Amino acid sequence: MSTDGSDAPRRPKLAVWKFASCDGCQLSLLDCEDELLDVVGAVEIAYFLEATRATVPGPYDVSLVEGSITTAHDLKRLQKIRRQSKVLVTIGACATSGGIQALKSMADTEDYIRAVYARPDFIKTLDTSTPIAHHVPVDVELRGCPIDRGQLLHVLTALIQGRQPRLPNYSQCVECKRAGTVCVMVAKGEPCLGPVTQAGCGNLCPRVGRGCYGCFGPAEGVNTRALAGHLRAGPAQGGSGLDGPATRHLFHTFNANAPGFREEGQRHG
Amino acid sequence: MAKAAGATRRIKVENLARVEGEGALSVRIRDGQLKNVAFTIHEPPRFFEALLRGRPYSDAPDITARICGICPVAYLLGASLAMEDALGLSVSADMRRLRRLIYCGEWIESHVLHIAMLHAPDFLGYEDSIRMAQDHPEIVKTALRLKKLGNHILEVIGGRAIHPVNLRVGGVWRSPSRDEVLALRAELDWALEAARGLVGFTATLPMPAVERDYLFVALHTDDHYAVCEGRIVSSDGLDVPVQAFHDHFSEDHQKNSNALVGATRDGRTYHVGPLARYALNFDQLAPEARAAAQAAGLGRVVRNPFQSIIVRAVETLQAVIDARALVDAYAAPDPPHPEIPPRAGTGHGATEAPRGLCHHAYTLDDTGHITHACIVPPTAQNQRSIGEDLWDVVAAHIEADDARLKWVCEQAIRNYDPCISCATHFLTLEVDRA
Ligand code: SF4
Ligand code: SF4
Repeated sequence: MSTDGSDAPRRPKLAVWKFASCDGCQLSLLDCEDELLDVVGAVEIAYFLEATRATVPGPYDVSLVEGSITTAHDLKRLQKIRRQSKVLVTIGACATSGGIQALKSMADTEDYIRAVYARPDFIKTLDTSTPIAHHVPVDVELRGCPIDRGQLLHVLTALIQGRQPRLPNYSQCVECKRAGTVCVMVAKGEPCLGPVTQAGCGNLCPRVGRGCYGCFGPAEGVNTRALAGHLRAGPAQGGSGLDGPATRHLFHTFNANAPGFREEGQRHG
Repeated sequence: MAKAAGATRRIKVENLARVEGEGALSVRIRDGQLKNVAFTIHEPPRFFEALLRGRPYSDAPDITARICGICPVAYLLGASLAMEDALGLSVSADMRRLRRLIYCGEWIESHVLHIAMLHAPDFLGYEDSIRMAQDHPEIVKTALRLKKLGNHILEVIGGRAIHPVNLRVGGVWRSPSRDEVLALRAELDWALEAARGLVGFTATLPMPAVERDYLFVALHTDDHYAVCEGRIVSSDGLDVPVQAFHDHFSEDHQKNSNALVGATRDGRTYHVGPLARYALNFDQLAPEARAAAQAAGLGRVVRNPFQSIIVRAVETLQAVIDARALVDAYAAPDPPHPEIPPRAGTGHGATEAPRGLCHHAYTLDDTGHITHACIVPPTAQNQRSIGEDLWDVVAAHIEADDARLKWVCEQAIRNYDPCISCATHFLTLEVDRA
């Protein structure tokens, strides 16, 4: 690991930021056990509170942003981070779509506060949980709840080397076919969002016989309506026989607020 | 820095690093006397209990897992156990062992992350483990390998390390094969010595001298060191089933905070986590773990909160020992989960998250949809205890300059390994020494 010798080439400054989230996505970076010491050797960790109390002021070459915007204060903080960051990468469903907490945007916030807190008057929150791209330009988006470690390393390496990262934009379903994973819808009638969900996790759910629950969010240009029809059709028609609420719940989980999933869910009681 | 006498002196510390959560600490000192210590939490609220209402019982494990990315198994299993209680379901001994094995993976991963990456640098005066790695490369490399093993157990059984996909109410989607599980054995053999070494390392750390008189609360079962089954016991003789949790413990909403703060029903502060488990379940530790604790200078009860780092290492060793035995005894649960007819009811579930007791309670309607949810995470229960520790720590360092005071306060908060999002993120430390 090089010291701060002034004639060594300047290492890119990496910052990791958190908004409303579970910290799972930034933990993915610490979970790269084999690569961690190399990664921190290749960059200057300028701000990463999950890992270090030392902080370096901006500007930053790469900012990883986890979490969604739920308070006015966080919105201001985000705008400042954007101004200080050359490349801004959103990491995970909270940051890219608003996360599970976006379900509150679809309900009455007052009612939510009353359900959880004895003293609602102490709580300051917006009615919404919105994705980062809703407020500032985003350069790269990493999907998933949580993100995939391999994709994170790929993006970091590409950015450090000044290349454009390449991420799949096809569906989970395509990835299953390529990997030869048995289709859970065909084999067991399991409801599965694979046909409309972006690839990248490595078919984790279908590989254990479970339908995809959409944690990577919608893939580009997919037909959620056709899938919903299939999910609601009875087993005799080769469907999964879901009722309206079950169909809505399937679309409205960790990417409930993602365009495509949001509207499709709303169509089903 | 010196200001006119009588002026208010403030240090504003924006961030509490290496704690996953956002908190603020304000300290008031008058004439060299400590007058007030207030510790509050400012995590943006995410409303889990509210957004669960109306969802099917089967959604609760995956949704509540997103409360904390460091201890998802605590939520996946706590919710599953509570739903099984509500639905009148019991799971097989094979499944209970499989659950304990994946939970051992979470203990190893979370404890080692905390010990080596987050907490040890405080004791040794490093800003972080990356800088610590320059002087202690072997410690950090061994810790990374141990942590990886913990994650690997989560991946083999759960399908992924953060928010595993293979756990569900009633068991798992697919039972891992005996060969897949046995493949963990070689690395667990290595880990035995590595974990013993970690205990030895933590025992060499300089320990601030603080002794506290805690009321300890933890799960207990006679036949092993309790992880995800047992009764709730305390150091003053409480011994009740998990269903009675809310009869004995309550949560209050603290002013200026998004967190709910736990206390006993009669208003006393209590303490959950490694120190509580160790004191209440000492006899269930494996002989090698007990021997390592003894060699590290620990008695059978530890009341110095800073020594929690040693107890975490002892528990890491315990988890490795347990995991080896569970791997050897593994028989793939068949079926992986039962058919589950929905019914109305209320159910409770509790497990020992790495940072302490985590309790779930749900009520279901007759179609199996959630009408009420209540989750009590460990850090909410420990918040008063953290505040009281801080009082003692500040009092003991009242002469220290603000930078040193801030350092030791952060170190004291980290004794609790406060979970990310079930508690605190940034620490704003405000010292007012008029
Ligand atoms: S996207 Fe999922 S894993 Fe990532 S921070 Fe949000 S809740 Fe956690
Ligand atoms: S299969 Fe779907 S739900 Fe499962 S991990 Fe992959 S993207 Fe997420």
